[in-house]
Amino acid sequence: MSRRGFVLITLGLPFVFYAVFVLWPFAQAFIYSLTNWSGFSDTFDFVGISNYEALLNDDTFLQAVRNNLLLAMVVPFVTIALALALATLVTVGGSSTGAVRGLGRSSFYRIVSFFPYTIPAIVIGLIWSQMFDPSSGLVNGLLTGIGLDQFTSFAWLGEVSTAMPVSMFVIIWGFVGFYMVLFIAAIKGIPSELYDAARVDGAGRFRMTMMVTLPMVRDTIQTAYIYLGILALDAFVYMAALNASGGPQNSTLTMTQDLFNTAFKKGQFGLASAMGVVLAVLTLLFAAVVFLVNRLTKGKDR
Amino acid sequence: MGVANPPRTASDAKAPKEQEPSPAPRGDRAVTAVSHIVLAIWSIIVILPLVWVFLSSWKTTGEIFKSPLALPQHWSFDNYIGAWTDSHIGRYMLNSVIVVTSALVIVMILGSAAAYSLARYPFPGSGVVYYFILAGLTFPIFLAIVPLFFVLKNVGLLNTLPGLIATYVAFAFPFTVFFLYPFFRALPQEIAEAAELDGAGEWRTFAQVMVPMARPGIVAIAIFNFLGLWNQFLLPIALNTNEDNYVLSQGMARFASQAGYAVDFGQLFAAVVITIVPVLAVYIFSQRQLQGSLSQGTLK
Repeated sequence: MSRRGFVLITLGLPFVFYAVFVLWPFAQAFIYSLTNWSGFSDTFDFVGISNYEALLNDDTFLQAVRNNLLLAMVVPFVTIALALALATLVTVGGSSTGAVRGLGRSSFYRIVSFFPYTIPAIVIGLIWSQMFDPSSGLVNGLLTGIGLDQFTSFAWLGEVSTAMPVSMFVIIWGFVGFYMVLFIAAIKGIPSELYDAARVDGAGRFRMTMMVTLPMVRDTIQTAYIYLGILALDAFVYMAALNASGGPQNSTLTMTQDLFNTAFKKGQFGLASAMGVVLAVLTLLFAAVVFLVNRLTKGKDR
Repeated sequence: MGVANPPRTASDAKAPKEQEPSPAPRGDRAVTAVSHIVLAIWSIIVILPLVWVFLSSWKTTGEIFKSPLALPQHWSFDNYIGAWTDSHIGRYMLNSVIVVTSALVIVMILGSAAAYSLARYPFPGSGVVYYFILAGLTFPIFLAIVPLFFVLKNVGLLNTLPGLIATYVAFAFPFTVFFLYPFFRALPQEIAEAAELDGAGEWRTFAQVMVPMARPGIVAIAIFNFLGLWNQFLLPIALNTNEDNYVLSQGMARFASQAGYAVDFGQLFAAVVITIVPVLAVYIFSQRQLQGSLSQGTLK
């Protein structure tokens, strides 16, 4: 068979398939966002940017945007900081004489921390919604067990002040272990001469972490930041399990939940597509900001 | 890192005798102890909910409501049987296995073939193809979900397992290509050319020479794809609303949406255990290779 035929079959065919099921729907979403289509009629009118104007005046949607932005600010930062801290303990927690050494007998922690990554997100949400159940959950059971009676029937996911932090905790719980494993691999990939040199210069563990580890794993951090940011701007599946209807006073409602309801419950496909475009734009902006910050801070170090 | 003790330096040798047999100074021991404590606390935070779910899965709903701390009274399989049959977890599990396995096999074949072609035979416009693939990675699936619903409806695949498989393949495809492209790029051209000189056609060169060499990447992306597809939630709940075709994540979501009194909590916990155990068991038995290939693949 000719080379051209080979390329057509191996690359051309899958690409056409991909274009039909992924690229074409993406493109259509932009078009639908300019219409008043309700989906079940064959016709629709172009209404310009009025869907977007409607979103600007939609308090519920704006609340959802704010919630997602909060998630995107907190979840990646805390997850990465925690994962990096734990990875550092595993990799440089050992003896300070001789070569820099990892913590002995630490593979147990590494194995266990990774568990949540093998659990589907919806199940993670279910587990924690049971853990935080006001009366039959383990969290309140333990708290009241040690005498903190104010937590009897305390509704963690039902109070405005705690619903969002608890939801964030659940997402973070699901991802720390994965990024910890990733950072351990990245730190082990750093040439040990760098640590030895820093040690000869009299650097302690903390300074070595700040001066050697962090700069050397910054590209891994950047990748992690973008993935977690995209996840936090979505967060749909976690919220579906923890507070399917948006939480107390919509305090955990996400854009994605609003989009899903607008499309598949209310049938306002044009408006839902506009929400999708807003989500996509915010996602791209988030990635751009991460790239920019990484580049700017890199310049300062030099 | 730090596999062997470094040779003693001259100053060590000259140092007074008394320090000799103490490999860990006291400050070190403190750091080590604190490290173990912090890591142990995190491990408990990870394990405790899982242990609690496991114990609760043997309780009756009445016992669950009575006390979250009490141990189960009788160890009976009722919850598990109920979850498997009454809550249809068995059927959803079967659907998940069918959908995820088919999608995984198809996307691995299509994705590696496409990545190989793209890496080995650049043509005018292959840069554009690459960027289109990157674009599919960048945009959230939520942007596509409404039009996708109607694409599937128009081709008659809405609410069917083949329709779900097709979308799984399509949305896993860009990441697969993006991930494998550098692996195929890095393979030496000479080996492929040598194979072709020996009379191997394009297909044999690809399948029998190049794919085995890209194995580390292929294994890593297969694991990522498996977890991603097994986890997939939005695509099925939007595009697969026929209850007979539910996949596992939808079956589990049903427990969450049926808030309160309608839920059989014993079955809920049993269903969670049934969902977690197979993947967790595979992970525990293969964790060394698995974590190795995941981090190796990702850091490339």
